[in-house]
Amino acid sequence: MIAELGAVLAAVALIASLAQAGFGLRAGARSDSALAAIAASSAQTAAFAALMAFALLITLFVQSDFSVAVVQANSHIDKPLLYKIAGTWGNHEGSMLLWCLVSAFFGLAMAHNRGAMGLGMWARAIGVQGAVTAGALIYTLILSNPFARLDPAPYAGSGLNPLLQDPALAAHPPMLYLGYVGLSAPFSLAIAALLEGKANQGWARALRPWALIAWTCLTFGIGLGSYWAYYELGWGGWWFWDPVENASFMPWLAACALVHCAIVTERRGSLASWTILLSIIAFGLALLGTFLVRSGVLTSVHAFAVDPRRGVAVLALLAVVLGVGFGLYAWRAPGLAKPAGFAAVSREGLMVFNNLGLAVAAGAVLVGTLYPIAVEAATGDLISVGPPYFNIAFAPLMAALFLVMPLAPLLTWRKGDAGAALRTLWLAGALAFASAAIVLLFRNNAIIPAAGIGIGVWATAGAFVYLWKRWGQGGPRSAARFAALPLSVWALAAAHIGAGVLTIGAVAETAFRSERAAALAPGESITFAGRTATLLEVAEAQGPNYTALRATLRVAHGGRVDVAAAERRAYSTGGAPTTEVAILSALDGDFYIALGEAAARDGQAAWTIRFYHNPLVQLIFWGVTLMGLGGALGLAALARRRRTAPHSALAAA
Amino acid sequence: MIAALAFAAAVAAQPPADPAAAARAQALEQEIRCVVCQNEPISQSTAEMAGDMRALVRARIEAGDSDDEIRAFFRDRYGEFVLFRPPFDARTYLLWAAPALLILAAAGAAYSLRRRGDAAFAPETDPDGR
Repeated sequence: MIAELGAVLAAVALIASLAQAGFGLRAGARSDSALAAIAASSAQTAAFAALMAFALLITLFVQSDFSVAVVQANSHIDKPLLYKIAGTWGNHEGSMLLWCLVSAFFGLAMAHNRGAMGLGMWARAIGVQGAVTAGALIYTLILSNPFARLDPAPYAGSGLNPLLQDPALAAHPPMLYLGYVGLSAPFSLAIAALLEGKANQGWARALRPWALIAWTCLTFGIGLGSYWAYYELGWGGWWFWDPVENASFMPWLAACALVHCAIVTERRGSLASWTILLSIIAFGLALLGTFLVRSGVLTSVHAFAVDPRRGVAVLALLAVVLGVGFGLYAWRAPGLAKPAGFAAVSREGLMVFNNLGLAVAAGAVLVGTLYPIAVEAATGDLISVGPPYFNIAFAPLMAALFLVMPLAPLLTWRKGDAGAALRTLWLAGALAFASAAIVLLFRNNAIIPAAGIGIGVWATAGAFVYLWKRWGQGGPRSAARFAALPLSVWALAAAHIGAGVLTIGAVAETAFRSERAAALAPGESITFAGRTATLLEVAEAQGPNYTALRATLRVAHGGRVDVAAAERRAYSTGGAPTTEVAILSALDGDFYIALGEAAARDGQAAWTIRFYHNPLVQLIFWGVTLMGLGGALGLAALARRRRTAPHSALAAA
Repeated sequence: MIAALAFAAAVAAQPPADPAAAARAQALEQEIRCVVCQNEPISQSTAEMAGDMRALVRARIEAGDSDDEIRAFFRDRYGEFVLFRPPFDARTYLLWAAPALLILAAAGAAYSLRRRGDAAFAPETDPDGR
């Protein structure tokens, strides 16, 4: 019964979101507030029905109802409750329903936040959002119905992929989906602006929170995925330019550009048509990401639904979104273009630089990700495009962006004084050169890593300089003035410091990581990266739904001695064994231990153990956290402003 | 082949004594794709095949092959798909040129945005001092 009720509720959500689309668009065309109210309440119904449907799906997973196909394929009675619940979105069908749910909730939130928008703009945005939700629901119900039954019902489930039974991975998909689907809201507003034929500061003000929510969630989502890869996959890496990583990274880059250019449009009114175009591109990239993951055109560990029909359907959805988006843009955008002028050296000018840089980066990643498919289609040859290409294409672009990043917040709008800004940043520059010199002192010939770390220090210190300057603006640097700094200043500083810290960690880890594999018998030691690791014992251990082989090691580092345990787990439901690594973090980086195969030697039991030294790797995750925190502070700043500043200030919309 | 692998496995069990050789092996192992895995280099795969391929890399290094010779060895044996570094030939000129072409396009867009007479613009500060 529960599954059937879930399917009915999903159908109700579909009907309600179709009503939301129809009434919203019609209300916009006629400026009819009664119709707009119907669209808004349809959005409520759609969101509520989708929430109920999703809650019922969770219930099915918690009850382990194996007569439902998705539950059978992705759950098991022995699984801990957390992973039963997480199993709901750890599969294709459930994650699509989550997609619909999030989209419906963004529709609801838009219906409740008219802000400074005019009636027509607001109603149309709700309508477009309804159409997006409806499209996703049609796809879900027809091609990936999570409520489909099995007959006869099997007795046991096949279990969730053991790799995915992890707390970070339980949170990763919902975060990523909030980000992906969050980009549908700027898209809806962009289409509404094109239909209205205007995109002014009030419109940009309405768009900013959505772009920021999407960017913040993508930041945390990608960060969680990367952290998971680091400690779960057992090879010490955190980013591999995997097609599915790229699929989430491209929308992130576009969202990052959007967050910045929407500020320019809101504050200055300029770049409006670029903000619109970027909103369309960002949502297109989010859908493309869904397509790449779901269609199986790219081989990847993440592609868990390999079904050509689904791929074609997502591609069709993408074609509609991009076709409508770009078509409307080509038709209506020329009418919008009334850009206010600005000098090349100005806050706007550097924002344009930022946007072009991020767009080129997203484009280069897109080309690299799709290129093997194109080559295979054209010549039949199978080639791989991997890290060597992406690193060459991506790193110089980021270097250029980060060189300029500290300047932007110090420049005035319209026309800035680059010389004065550079003089303000003298300390950041000195620190950057000093840290590059220190790197060269310890590692001869490491010129590129030294430059990279220098740039990271420049970006980090530059953001601190900005904070210092804002503190001293218009009065002495007192504690009271420090506490009174606006949230938006903290948001900018946190995000930019995070980007710099991330750069330092990424460069250090990539350039200076080292590894050592050794076959050790209990009692034997290895000295590596300044630590002496001794294998104490290898014993079996029993988990709730797995058996583990656990190696216990003693690691001596300086005067400190730690005991660490690294495991290999075999799950009762089968599948490849997973690794649980031991990570000992110290100031110079992580000492990372992964247990490998048994390696019998001279009749004595021994095990292959891989040791990695990952210098400064924790800075990567701290950097991502700070960036996400910056996004969250930015949202708080926007929310506070909405409460304190009356809408009428920008009510021109 | 089996004998070569067995020999290679024996070699690999002992970590290479020479740190330069070990560094070369690590770098190469990140560029060579594990042929039975999904999109993983042999450096990070736990599959048995990846272990054999890692052993093969180290054996070739011991035998005195250069990096390019080792890449060619793997390409001849498993096809181009095995190399994460795409080849540079007629099929991939566009790939390698893509970043530069995109930068040119961006520069063109920036140029079209450019307005004459920078001096005509006066600096402006936000009401909230930003």
